[in-house]
Amino acid sequence: MLGRTANSIFWMFRYLERAENTARLLEAGFRMALTRGAEEATEEWKSVVTTLGHRERYDALPGREYSLAHVCNYVLREKDNPENILATIEAARTNARLCRSSITAEVWEAVNSGYMTLTEMLARPVREGNLGAALSAIRREATLVRGATYGSMLRNEIYAFARGATFIERADNTARILDVKYYLLLPSLAYVGSRLDTGQWDTVLRSLSAERAYRWLNAGQMDPRGIAQFLILDQRFPRSLAFSYLALRNNLTELARFHGREGRSNELMREADQRLSALAIQTIFDRGLHQFLLEFITSNRAIADAIAEDYRFTG
Amino acid sequence: MGGCLSSLTRKSFDEMDGPDGEVREAYRAYHQWLQQQDGAWIRRKDAEAERFFRLTGITFNVYGEDAAEERLIPFDIVPRIITAPEWRKLERGIEQRVRAINAFMHDLYHRQEIIRSGRLPERLFRNNPAWLPQMVGFTPPGNVYTHIVGIDLVRTGPDEFFVLEDNARTPSGVSYMLQNRETMMAMFPDLFQRVRVRPVSDYPRRLAKSLAACAPAGAGSNPVVAVLTPGIYNSAYFEHAFLADQMGAELVESSDLRVVDGKVQMRTTMGYQPIDVLYRRVDDDYLDPLTFRPDSVLGVPGIMDVYRAGGITIANAPGTGISDDKAIYSFMSEIVEFYTGERPILPNVETWRCADPDSLKYVLDHLPELVIKEVHGSGGYGMLVGPAATKRELAAFRHKIEAKPENYIAQPTLALSTCPVFTSKGLAPRHVDLRPFVLVSPDGIDITPGGLTRVALKKGSLVVNSSQGGGTKDSWVLAD
Repeated sequence: MLGRTANSIFWMFRYLERAENTARLLEAGFRMALTRGAEEATEEWKSVVTTLGHRERYDALPGREYSLAHVCNYVLREKDNPENILATIEAARTNARLCRSSITAEVWEAVNSGYMTLTEMLARPVREGNLGAALSAIRREATLVRGATYGSMLRNEIYAFARGATFIERADNTARILDVKYYLLLPSLAYVGSRLDTGQWDTVLRSLSAERAYRWLNAGQMDPRGIAQFLILDQRFPRSLAFSYLALRNNLTELARFHGREGRSNELMREADQRLSALAIQTIFDRGLHQFLLEFITSNRAIADAIAEDYRFTG
Repeated sequence: MGGCLSSLTRKSFDEMDGPDGEVREAYRAYHQWLQQQDGAWIRRKDAEAERFFRLTGITFNVYGEDAAEERLIPFDIVPRIITAPEWRKLERGIEQRVRAINAFMHDLYHRQEIIRSGRLPERLFRNNPAWLPQMVGFTPPGNVYTHIVGIDLVRTGPDEFFVLEDNARTPSGVSYMLQNRETMMAMFPDLFQRVRVRPVSDYPRRLAKSLAACAPAGAGSNPVVAVLTPGIYNSAYFEHAFLADQMGAELVESSDLRVVDGKVQMRTTMGYQPIDVLYRRVDDDYLDPLTFRPDSVLGVPGIMDVYRAGGITIANAPGTGISDDKAIYSFMSEIVEFYTGERPILPNVETWRCADPDSLKYVLDHLPELVIKEVHGSGGYGMLVGPAATKRELAAFRHKIEAKPENYIAQPTLALSTCPVFTSKGLAPRHVDLRPFVLVSPDGIDITPGGLTRVALKKGSLVVNSSQGGGTKDSWVLAD
């Protein structure tokens, strides 16, 4: 396949994953706003904007508050935010058009129909009463594309690029969400191990659609260490870093097999993998969770760059 | 103006309702089916069609409009139907014409017998930018010049078909032929069980096979075919992507290609890989900045050298545009006779060349009755439909013709046949044309039974081009 097409596949799936995870982040904030007092809600909306890396941009905009209406509109559809969810979906679709001849009609129609649905839904600011429906529509549309991909695409290098991109993006998003939430919830390491407000931990889990899975495995227990362990190291949970990297490694191995040689991306992957599997949660906390996540995000980006280079995305 | 045109519509031959008011044979089974359908249900289906097209992404960009805006070509749910005997005659005529065009191309770039014999004036190609001196003395692989041709046909009566244009550069619209059929089958499955329509869906397979058969000598048994698109903002991008997808070929852009080791190669995830056949949807001018327009960013520097050395097949061959030049068109009867020794089965529309003083006088005297076309124009731009023009438009065009008569040809305003379209007030007749798609390879000439029917959706309008508000219909050729 063409390097340029591989690039489009890669970004199409990264953008889809990103849109979906951003919607999850808003859902968690929305729930917090409904169950908590005004002050806590404001903090939660701040953390949403921080997680997205938009604090400076948002603060520079006139008249914006950290309120449900303002933040949701900003994240969902506002033109002042070029990375809003609608623009992200549109970028996914543009990339799908660019690699149209490498995806099945089913995948294309899922992307295109998702784009059409969401364009209509987000044409105007979403009323609070419709917010839940809008957010779950975003997740549903992304799920439909994933399903179409799983059910209709050949298991060749195109598929490996699509899946690899999904997990690169997911690992990045999980790490960012975890980083900000922990930072806000734990001003100092002294808190680690202490019992905090379980409602707040609930939002960490909800931001990653992990609340049910976590409860299932840890009946009623809500401690920061357990949650971090789950979100970072548990290979059973599909949005954990360990799961994402298991899947990423498999897809990179597939790519190397298809191409008959390993590249720098495989090498970096192996190193990152070893780092992750050697870790116990205690080591992570001892060295500092923030530091760990920062390094993880950097090395994750290095793997993405190496993939682009190994497979000649741009030159 | 309206009066004049509606009288034109009334005079026209309707393909469904014969002159006696009886439904013509081609439409009998369809009409019977239609009578049994509920009107409200049909109306719902009409709305459904649009969603179907949007979902598939069959959109185009109109030149000069916002590049990001994607528009749909309106689709009409009443099929255009042609009987088996009618089609047989068209097929023979098209094959004859396409054969002649290929022989003409070879001649024009070699011995130029047709010029020597005095049947074609030399000036027609000497100063014509579509004629490429770089092609002189060169024979493309398989001696095929026009791998893909779209012949535009119009009809004025039960047996009167005319060729309006030979699209021999990069005819577009075939994706609509395919998608219109898919849409119709999805919406009206019972109709297709009732009426036996010849399928068109294997066009991409035939195209892939035909292109592969034109590969250069050294290409091996599985030639690599790629489709070259100007990119995502081109008005026909959807079609380029669609055809590449359906053929299982790579869709390449200029930035993917370069000449390596005497071959045109594409940058894949495994490095550069050679291409044997390039189905290019980029105009001659932009194909090679080293040979043609130096500012082109859509082509491949050096591709013409590779081509002339026999390293790649370019479809259609550079320089074939000369054969669909409108001044050349007016000589097509002579061209067909010269190369086939037969009378043309499908006649041309009568054409006055304004370069010719007697014709010019006639044209200027009869301007309000004629259709005037620019010799090098395409897509319905720069043309005048006399009966529909205002006094001011007529006067403006008269000046243009007088200033550069050799730039114009004129044709009578034909009473184009009509076919019913579905409107909010029921069925109404609208003018149509037909573009069948023809594939040429050393294995022969292959015509897909059907084509693209374009329909002027405005009442009385004769302009069917999509860029001018035309729509399309599914085109049926009935099985025997």
